[in-house]
Parts: sequence; C-alpha cells; structure tokens
Amino acid sequence: MMQKGQSKMSNIQTAMNGARATGYVDVSEAPATGMITLRGDLADAGVQKAVKSVMGAGVPATLAVTDADVGQILWMSPDELMIVCAYDQADQVVADLIAALGETHSMVVNVSDARAVFDLNGSATFEIIAKLAPIDMKSMQAGTVRRTRFAQIPAAFWMTSNDSARIICFRSVAEYMFNQLRNSAQAGFEVGDW
Amino acid sequence: MLLLECPYCGAKCEETELSPGGEAHIKRYGPGSSDQDFEAYLFMRENPKGVHFERWRHVYGCGKWFHAARCTQSLEVFGTYAAQTFEPPQEIKDKISAKRPGWSWRDFS
Ligand SMILES: [Zn+2]
Repeated sequence: MMQKGQSKMSNIQTAMNGARATGYVDVSEAPATGMITLRGDLADAGVQKAVKSVMGAGVPATLAVTDADVGQILWMSPDELMIVCAYDQADQVVADLIAALGETHSMVVNVSDARAVFDLNGSATFEIIAKLAPIDMKSMQAGTVRRTRFAQIPAAFWMTSNDSARIICFRSVAEYMFNQLRNSAQAGFEVGDW
Repeated sequence: MLLLECPYCGAKCEETELSPGGEAHIKRYGPGSSDQDFEAYLFMRENPKGVHFERWRHVYGCGKWFHAARCTQSLEVFGTYAAQTFEPPQEIKDKISAKRPGWSWRDFS
C-alpha cells in the first residue's frame, strides 16, 4: 500500500534492475525512462503544430534528435516519432499530445514499460556499436538517431555525446541486449579503432 | 556486401538491415483474369544477369518498402526510389542507360 510521502516511482521495475558492467566501455541500464510513440504523417501541418505546442520543439529533421522542453524527440520514420522524457511525465505528455492533435489522423501511446534503455559511456562507445550493428560508425554523428539491429534484435540508438550513446530495445529482449553489450565491452576485447 | 540507400530515411543500409521483397513492378492479376495472366502474376519472374529491379523493405529501420535498381552481375546499385510508382522514374532509367547502354527489362528500357 502507498504510504504518505512515498513516491509511486519506488514500485517501478526496469527490465534489468539497473544492471551495470564495467569494461573498456561502461554499460548500464538507464533508470525508468518515459517513452512515447507518436504515429502520424510528420509532413502534416496538424501533426507539426501539435508537436510544437506540446513539446516546445518542432518535428525533427530526418534521422535527427531534437531537444525539447520535455525531453527529446527522435525521428523514427516518415510517420513515427519517439519522445523520450521523465518516466512520470509520460502519461501527461500523451494526454497533452492527444488533446493537441484532436481530429488529426494520429496515434499516441505510452510505451515506457514495453522498452528497455541502456547507456554506453567511454571513448570507445562507437566501437562497441560498430561491433554489433551494421552501421558505418565513422559517419555517425551526435544528434542523429538510427534504428537498426544489434546482433539479432531490433534497436534504436543515438549518440548523446562523442563518447556516449543511448540504446532502446524491446523490454522482452533486454537481457540479450545487456549481455551482448557487456561481452563486446569486456576489457581485452578492444579492436582499437576508436 | 550490398548497400542500399533507403529513399525515406536517407540512411545507407547494409543488406542485413533490410528484408528482400522480390521482383519489382509486378502487376497483380486476381479474380476474373485469364489463367495465363494469373499464372504469370504468381510464378513467372525475371532472372537477369545484369540490370534488375527489386523491392526491399527497411525492416530494422523506418519500416518502409522501396524499390532498388541494380546489376545482379556486378552488384552495382544504380539507385533506389519510392514504392509509390508503377515504373522506375526517368532519373533512374537515365542512370542505368549511362552505364548499361541499350539495357532492357520487361517493358522498360
Ligand atoms: Zn528507411
């Protein structure tokens, strides 16, 4: 039962209980994170206006990540955005977006509990991703997002700086993701490209 | 290794990030069509050594279907283009003509 002054957040269990691994790059599961999927034609003026009014930032350019008043907006496809925000903000942002979108053909869903989030930190972060995803990491820049595969599972990632990245995957494959990141980042497994 | 640029993302995709969708620009023959047309729609496919048109889906990325024009012999990619078309855009045909003069594929040349 909820005690007075106790945060609802204390009941939230992330997929890997905040697992961490220290190698030549640090791997950690992020704390509970708000994630919202918005489906709709991103070229539609109604969608653009609604996103701008609620998020304080417009629809990002293709493959871009935009900082907004409430978190970040990730371009996922010509008709899909992912909004990343504080976990306990997500329901409110969903409600605000649905209200702002009105009759515009669209769908907004809080997918926070259906996803897992991992952070990579260290100067060889690019190398860990290059080991697992079929991406030319030499051409990858901070501020861009890519949906791709990590070994055998779908995932999205973006560089949060030149030596850190954030990765989102389905919650059901969180352990697979954590294990492959940890194994790739083990000390002694350096390729030395970064 | 085959690299195709998704016309929706602009992302340069390695083959394993994509899902192959077979031959492009196939016209559907359904109920009421002749047996011959229906058979051709279901089973008859080009198998060229050279210029070829295919459908691909950016399955691990934006999820969109698109078209690709490439050479099956050299794996050279002439270009990719949107799914919402019944035939290759002129720009793609011109690119192929520049490299494979006199090419033809089904009704296109
Ligand atoms: Zn794409």
